[in-house]
Amino acid sequence: MTVDEWLSAAETDAQRRRLEDLTPLLRALAKATATLRAAEWNQRAAGVHEDPPSRAGSQ
Amino acid sequence: MSDAWNHRQIRELAPALAGGEVSPVALTEQLLARAAASPLNAFTTLLPEQALAEAETAAREIADGHYRGPLHGIPVSVKDLFRVAGAPTTAASALTARTPSPDDAPVVAKLRAAGAVVLGTCNLHEFAFGTTGEDSAFGPTLHPLDTKRSPGGSSSGSAVSVAAGLAFASLGTDTGGSVRIPAAACGLVGLKPTAGEITCAGVIPLAPSLDHVGPLTRSVADARIVYHAIRDKSPSPILGKPTTGRLGCPRPYFFDLLDTSVRVVTEQALTRLTDAGWLVTDTPIAHAADTAVVCLHLVLAEAAAMHAEGLEHQPEDYTQGVRLRLELGRYIQAEDYVRAERGRQVLTAAVDAALKGQSALALPALAIPAHRLGTEAVDFGATREPLRNAMLRLTQLFNATGHPAVSIPCGTTPDGLPVGLQLVGRRHQTDQLLAVAEACEAVLG
Repeated sequence: MTVDEWLSAAETDAQRRRLEDLTPLLRALAKATATLRAAEWNQRAAGVHEDPPSRAGSQ
Repeated sequence: MSDAWNHRQIRELAPALAGGEVSPVALTEQLLARAAASPLNAFTTLLPEQALAEAETAAREIADGHYRGPLHGIPVSVKDLFRVAGAPTTAASALTARTPSPDDAPVVAKLRAAGAVVLGTCNLHEFAFGTTGEDSAFGPTLHPLDTKRSPGGSSSGSAVSVAAGLAFASLGTDTGGSVRIPAAACGLVGLKPTAGEITCAGVIPLAPSLDHVGPLTRSVADARIVYHAIRDKSPSPILGKPTTGRLGCPRPYFFDLLDTSVRVVTEQALTRLTDAGWLVTDTPIAHAADTAVVCLHLVLAEAAAMHAEGLEHQPEDYTQGVRLRLELGRYIQAEDYVRAERGRQVLTAAVDAALKGQSALALPALAIPAHRLGTEAVDFGATREPLRNAMLRLTQLFNATGHPAVSIPCGTTPDGLPVGLQLVGRRHQTDQLLAVAEACEAVLG
């Protein structure tokens, strides 16, 4: 589902639930989600597998 | 009894209690009276009979030579998110029961075992899901220096109880900065230890992978006293007690949008540290600009999961702002939570890398001074930012990565409002961070 498709569905659902005040927050979240999805560090099945940086231990 | 002790540090008061110069009973009576009369709305429940009984026990034990250590007989407060025997755990919400808790959260039990006297529970932003302390079933907590301003949150009452001389330390929680933000706004020390060092058992969760327990105190030494009393593990090794060292300053992102007075005070503090022998160097954190979107997807999804039942059955009992943020979290898609988790791993590695060769990272804790109640957005030059985003921007990264972080006072604005300097240490080396913070405090204090 694209961010635009998600936002449209979410706004419709929020209105059905009488949560109209949620609309501006959903729009702000959509922008944040688009930024998250565009981050260069995202893993993609089209690319090669990459082990995540370890959280264990300290430096 | 004189009120001369009310604003002193635990490290100063403890010898006076141990030596019989100050009575825990008289001290507790005085603070209970001050708290009951205070207009700042710091407490949700006071426990006068219970606290006085604890103080009498402490007095007797100390007189009999059974001194337990620096918290023995010290009056403290606890955020109303922890189970505290005898007090309801309300989370400052109309949603919760008002039945007194039969027992303590483990960290509260540890405070009592160290001899601390628990005065009561403190006001907060409802369910700790906010940065101001304004959305509360008990009404807003007010800043001790200006009652038209917010003390910051979510541990608002905890900070005010210590800053206003109503308690000597307080336990708070920090999911995106909720200990460090009010500490900075109120001129206190606020410590978020390494993730997992202090149990969150018996504490109402907000976002479990980001939640931390930490103390608010009047000095780094006091923060160490409370931290040592409540941590689960044995002390982390201290590599030496520094008087100077290297501070990495992550300017991109963290210094981009700051209130002018906060920027000036922070730069002056860094100059003073440099003059005192600290080597302060620019140390960017890779991918820092992704912090907000990563943290947003983590906290919204986790908080919505924690509150699914409340949203289904008692949605009207939440304050409007908290309810809307919780509802927002229900729309986060699983694939985006997975992306945010990947982002957390990348950012954790980036903070680890930035810390290489540094004693600590140094940056502001809060981009603005204490704001006026009711503020919804902040202007940074031509850039307008929602208040919540502005208040979380400098602290939330280290909740996601788990690095220990502490805010210490570093000066005041021309209006006399406190500014906090945030120091960030290596994971699992909270004691080392406190040693660095204490050395910086000696320069900035």
